[in-house]
Amino acid sequence: MATAIQCRDLRKTYDGKVEAVRGLNLEIQTGECFGLLGPNGAGKTTTIEILEGLLEPTSGEVSILGHSWRENERELREWLGISLQETRLSEKLSVRETVGLFASFYREPRSTDDVLEEMQLTEKADAWVGKLSGGQRQRLAVATALVSNPKILFLDEPTTGLDPQSRRQLWDIIGEFQGAGGTVLLTTHYMDEAERLCDRLAIVDYGQIIAEGTPADLIERLGGHHVVEFAISGNSDSAALEIWQELPSVESVREEDGMVGLSVREPHLTIPALLDAIDKQGHQLEHLTTRQASLEDVFVRLTGRHLREE
Amino acid sequence: MSVAEKIPVVTIPSPKRPVRRNGRWAGYWHLLWARLLELKREPEVVFWVFVFPLLLAAGLGIAFRNKPVQAAPVAIVSGAAADRAEALLQRSPRHASFKIDVLDESAARKGFRLGKYDLVIQPDLAGGLRYLYDPARPESVLARAEVDDALQAAAGRKDVVATSEITSSEPGSRYIDFLIPGLLGMNLMNSGMWGVGFALVDMRQRKLLKRFVGTPMRRGDFLAALLSSRLVLMIMEIGLLLSLGVIFFHMKVLGSIFTIVLLGSIGALCFGGVGLLTASRAQKIESVSGLMNLVMMPMWIFSGVFFSYERFPAMAQPLIKALPLTALNDALRASILEGTPLVHQWPRLLVMALWGGISFVLALRWFRWT
Ligand SMILES: Nc1ncnc2c1ncn2[C@@H]1O[C@H](COP(=O)(O)OP(=O)(O)OP(=O)(O)O)[C@@H](O)[C@H]1O
Ligand SMILES: [Mg+2]
Repeated sequence: MATAIQCRDLRKTYDGKVEAVRGLNLEIQTGECFGLLGPNGAGKTTTIEILEGLLEPTSGEVSILGHSWRENERELREWLGISLQETRLSEKLSVRETVGLFASFYREPRSTDDVLEEMQLTEKADAWVGKLSGGQRQRLAVATALVSNPKILFLDEPTTGLDPQSRRQLWDIIGEFQGAGGTVLLTTHYMDEAERLCDRLAIVDYGQIIAEGTPADLIERLGGHHVVEFAISGNSDSAALEIWQELPSVESVREEDGMVGLSVREPHLTIPALLDAIDKQGHQLEHLTTRQASLEDVFVRLTGRHLREE
Repeated sequence: MSVAEKIPVVTIPSPKRPVRRNGRWAGYWHLLWARLLELKREPEVVFWVFVFPLLLAAGLGIAFRNKPVQAAPVAIVSGAAADRAEALLQRSPRHASFKIDVLDESAARKGFRLGKYDLVIQPDLAGGLRYLYDPARPESVLARAEVDDALQAAAGRKDVVATSEITSSEPGSRYIDFLIPGLLGMNLMNSGMWGVGFALVDMRQRKLLKRFVGTPMRRGDFLAALLSSRLVLMIMEIGLLLSLGVIFFHMKVLGSIFTIVLLGSIGALCFGGVGLLTASRAQKIESVSGLMNLVMMPMWIFSGVFFSYERFPAMAQPLIKALPLTALNDALRASILEGTPLVHQWPRLLVMALWGGISFVLALRWFRWT
């Protein structure tokens, strides 16, 4: 498989002060859907804009479909479809005029009406952009990217602000695009979105990749596919955490707001032992849940913080 | 070795069949059309570019229209000799140009102070008359001269030189004739600066410029479309203002329409260039607004929009004439009012071309798309 996007040791320092990206390496294959996942300010937008050739990196190499931005900008632009995190399109143009305008920049664009239909905007085709809802604007932004008939689609937080139904529609469209041979690079805050959409993803924090792999890989690396969370009466001091670590099949332990979370391989071995141990300590069990491990757990495990933490 | 060199160039089949092919100029035409649609749909633009200058021209044209000189109000201080002075004035063939009140001295002086009378006539004990007037008030000076002339003539003075009079208020020399080309020039400057500069900073602030740069759009086409939209508007601005002048104020346009439109184009492009430069780096609407007012302010004052710049000291004249709006206003006046051909106006055209050209080149060098 050929490489669609590659970057090596990418660094970006804003105004000589803010180190937004610090030594980031990526290699994305054609036909792949790759996700950049990370909290606010992690450097996702900075990274994706450098890859899109809109920002000059402070240092590092970027190659898109085997070309560098310096040598082949115009050709590359024909092949990319971009949706920025925040663009306010002209409010006094209609949806169809806006998509038509973007189509006019490309040598061989897709038909405007096809794209509008795909993005479920046909009904709003003659409405002014200023009169659209937030979600409809978001879909329009993706439509302006798709109309170019791109080989690679760059989407910076495409589903932020969409209702669950619109999100799922957009996932379908991205899936279809990928199914037809397209490559996708997207950023998101949403775990379920990353798990559902991305073949591979990278978790970005403070401008660096702290973990990379398929969603299943990353969860596997957490050590267990299950999470057991419980709370007990009385204060469980931190020394107690070691007791939980000793329980059978437990891979890791963390505590948060009085809730203890165990990453567990086989809950049916852990839970009876856990109940015994609590009993022996003379505590009361106040709360107990088990669930599938998610990327959120991966993130918390890696950074000690939650992904959506502001 | 760079990453790019190591990886072979790959070609991937496009995911969907392309439906159409765009020609070289598709982007330009779409950008121009989109810009014009946006302008048309923006009520503020329609008001400031078209309605406001018309209102201004109509308002000023009516306020300063040439009207017959009003009768000069004159006060005569009551007393023994007052009746004789009044009778003399009434007998004069010009009595219609005075409005005479007879009243006591303090009331007359008070009226004079307040500007109610232009002149106070006070008969003295020796049978003569004393004029009280203000040499700093033109109407007062005029009233004195007229009254004196009328009185002397009525009292039997013989004029030794035979004189006759012709009056002139022909179209071409009135204030409205001076005003309309000036307003046209100012309007081309305002809408050029705002239409280009404001639009650019607004798009930059909205990240729309960045989004455009993310497409294969030719950047030169984008700027060209923006300037072209100015030309389309310019033709409408000229048409409207000149029609107003011709229809309502019976203005005579001596130059050819072609010359005037050509001048308008040069002016519009010149200010488009200046607007581009002003907006080349600003990130915020607020900062570009200040900058534009700073650039335009001297020209509103010095470039002879509402009154002739000849009134400024001679020392300042070369500087004033080097301003692009002065050049445009002078050229428009010469073409519209006198029919001067363009070839005789090359210094003015040069001033505009230099301002526009240098601004454009600098703007391209400094321009920030993101
Ligand atoms: N133009 C800029 N000038 C200075 N600092 C910037 C600029 N743009 C971004 N930054 C800083 O760089 C860091 C990374 O920002 P970036 O926008 O890439 O984050 P992000 O991962 O996209 O965040 P979010 O999820 O909120 O969109 C932040 O600390 C931000 O403050
Ligand atoms: Mg971002």
